[in-house]
Amino acid sequence: MNKILTASLDWVDTRFPLSKMWNEHLAQYYAPKNFNVWYYFGSLALLVLVLQIVTGIFLATNYKPDAALAFGTVEYIMRDVEYGWLIRYMHSTGASFFFIVVYLHMFRALLYGSYRKPRELLWIIGMFIYLCLMAESFLGYLLPWGQMSFWGAQVIISLFGAIPWVGEDLAVWVRGDYVIADATLNRFFVYHVVLVPIILLGLAVVHIIALHEVGSNNPDGIEIKKNKDPETGIPRDGIPFHPYYTVKDIVGVAVFLILFSWVIFYAPELGGYFIEHNNFFPADPMKTPTHIAPLWYFTPFYAILRAVPEKLLGVIAMGAAIFVLFLLPWLDRSPVKSIRYKGWIFKLALALFIISFFGLCYLGMEAPTQTKTWFARLFSVIYFGFFLLMPWYSKWDKTKPVPERVTD
Amino acid sequence: MRRVILALTLLLPTMAFATSGGIELQHADNDIFDKASLQAGAKLFVNYCMGCHSAQYVRFSRMGKDLGLSDDELKENLMFSTEKVGETMTIAMAPDEAKRWFGVTPPDLSVIARARGVDWLYTYLLTFYLDPSRPWGVNNLVFKDVGMPHVLWEQQGWQKPVYGTVTDDEGKSHQVIKSLELVNPADEAKADQYKKDVRDLVNFLDYMGEPAKLERKSLGWKVMLFLFVFLIFAYLLKKEYWRDIH
Amino acid sequence: MSKVGVTNVGKEDMTEDIDDKSKRRFLIAATTVVGGVGAGFASVPFVLSMRPSAKTQAAGAPVEVDISKIEDGQKLTIEWRGKPVWIVKRTAKNLDDLPSLSVKLSDPDSAVEQQPSYAKNSTRSIKPEYLVVIGICTHLGCSPSYIKEDDPHDLGNEWKGGFFCPCHGSFFDLAGRVYQGVPAPTNLVVPPHAYLSNTRIVVGVDSQEGVAS
Repeated sequence: MNKILTASLDWVDTRFPLSKMWNEHLAQYYAPKNFNVWYYFGSLALLVLVLQIVTGIFLATNYKPDAALAFGTVEYIMRDVEYGWLIRYMHSTGASFFFIVVYLHMFRALLYGSYRKPRELLWIIGMFIYLCLMAESFLGYLLPWGQMSFWGAQVIISLFGAIPWVGEDLAVWVRGDYVIADATLNRFFVYHVVLVPIILLGLAVVHIIALHEVGSNNPDGIEIKKNKDPETGIPRDGIPFHPYYTVKDIVGVAVFLILFSWVIFYAPELGGYFIEHNNFFPADPMKTPTHIAPLWYFTPFYAILRAVPEKLLGVIAMGAAIFVLFLLPWLDRSPVKSIRYKGWIFKLALALFIISFFGLCYLGMEAPTQTKTWFARLFSVIYFGFFLLMPWYSKWDKTKPVPERVTD
Repeated sequence: MRRVILALTLLLPTMAFATSGGIELQHADNDIFDKASLQAGAKLFVNYCMGCHSAQYVRFSRMGKDLGLSDDELKENLMFSTEKVGETMTIAMAPDEAKRWFGVTPPDLSVIARARGVDWLYTYLLTFYLDPSRPWGVNNLVFKDVGMPHVLWEQQGWQKPVYGTVTDDEGKSHQVIKSLELVNPADEAKADQYKKDVRDLVNFLDYMGEPAKLERKSLGWKVMLFLFVFLIFAYLLKKEYWRDIH
Repeated sequence: MSKVGVTNVGKEDMTEDIDDKSKRRFLIAATTVVGGVGAGFASVPFVLSMRPSAKTQAAGAPVEVDISKIEDGQKLTIEWRGKPVWIVKRTAKNLDDLPSLSVKLSDPDSAVEQQPSYAKNSTRSIKPEYLVVIGICTHLGCSPSYIKEDDPHDLGNEWKGGFFCPCHGSFFDLAGRVYQGVPAPTNLVVPPHAYLSNTRIVVGVDSQEGVAS
């Protein structure tokens, strides 16, 4: 039996670099041995991507992207399709969990300087994945055709109208109509099911290739390739990804699935955060809900948009809040990568950033009041300050000496 | 790590349903596993609500299965305009005609419990009061200027508003409704039964909103138990391999 | 405190190595089995979701038909599960002619299971005068035409009435039985059906004990 397997593998290997790829990316890809809990989220993001695609395919076989039918087909899936409710909840919960995982994944980069040279391009590719993810969830949210679906899309697309001269025409062109309508629904369905998933899959592959080209960072921010065993050429602090990290990531997957299942089976709406109550009213173009807010993962940027009192400037501020993340590799001038060896200035800045991010997230969900708008402005300033002042405070910060070898 | 916990706890608090106009909502305290209650609620729904409100996503046959009713029991008690148990609970009233009569089309109630919440619905059905300025002569505490008549007036009796004076921050005083009072005190005898009826009806609306709720929790703990077992094996496997490293 | 490298440097004990290996192999096997079972369970809802939904099943529900108005020799067509179902009121002559056709038929005694047990008889029906049959040719699915004995036709003098499929030329008699030498391999399908009364049948429900109710 073994002989047959070996012979088959040889046959493939002379025609396709299967074993080569297996070694390069798994069995002989040497990753730092000191990965901690913050390193689970990359593989979890890949898991959620696969889950969303699989559940999405099954949902799409029963959903009709027609303004008159869409809301009904979602209820059809929830009631008439066997286990349709389970597949639907997996998809809606998966969307929110995707953002939780990705935000934590990005946060790890902030902690350990994973965006620093030579990983700037890796970070940029990741940022494009983030943009695609936001587009994908925005497109997907229109599909149930509830009140929040409709009015959320109406508000966000009309932001295009803020662009001088071409704005209004652009908004009409995106919608395919003068307001969010059946034409919009149909095309958003196709972008959501075909266009963006293809781009996401491509970017995920490119992201991993870019990572493997330079090698992974680690919680100490040390380059393990600088310290190789002279005989084997293997980094002294490196261990083969397979089997050590494959086996560790499986544990991460199990924990994730338990949390994921708890939400799906016991709290699929999660108090209205994952599935909004207002979205159980079918879309009514004649009646605007008193309170429109995007889902929680967009609210930080929504809060920034609303904090600026002028329409076009608000849009620019919101865009800038995302764009500034692209610049991170060049804003951080610290001589060390990891927070473990940075001084109190950076730690304070990061703490303030976290507080304002959560603050903006909360405020974006609330109806604006005078006090809340004041806080949103304060938090927006801190948010931008974290990035724009970084070239200076990262230089002033006193750093600790970085060890030669990784610590546990 | 602490930041992770902070992040998780911030996701837990329940978000309020659509505001009830400042009225404190009463608790429905319904139990969708109480089949008798669901059956009573179904009967009330079909007799009092379905004249104007459809439940177009609810199938009679599925409802029968979930409530423990046979096809014959369904046909005798709950199906007035259709022959087939496989059909959904649609109504004959044309939406545009309904709009002419009521000002708005009475909404379909299949998922109303998910949109408004059971406590809102419970309070809504308890707080109709007489208001001569309205087309049907009634208004509602949680749904101001509602277009719906008080369909269950015979079960509850009529209520009238009791006003009180409230002074706002600028020193101006307003008349607000402090409470509702039965017009005929004898109707007090109906109160307990009425509350039970409303609870049953709201229970049924809750069930209609998500029939899968009957099944998902019982499937859930089995899934989580299995995953926990898998986690144990996966963890032991990880520990075994990582002995090489530590 | 961390050991360098991959292998257990310094642990020369052979028995411990063998224990490790078998423990490792057991854990790999156990985790794989549990994982495989989990994957199996997880695939169940997806596979089941592809079954006909409650809406489809409702649309495929049994159909009741009033047969009181069908005249002798007349064919009534109703729809059941998206398919045409014919109810033909056969005359006494039609029924008398049936046995003589046996030599020309592929399966005169309905040996192949194209009908419920209560229709496995010489007339392929519960009541002899009513033929209930799905009007879809058993060759490739076209719907044959109904040609009575005295309709204008060019099928020869021996034609005793029946069905002719225009797509590829198959013939069936008035009991839905297929003629020899035609592309269709089997008799027309008799659907499950039952008599609710003398004037009402329901298609899509089986009769009890093969006896007309």
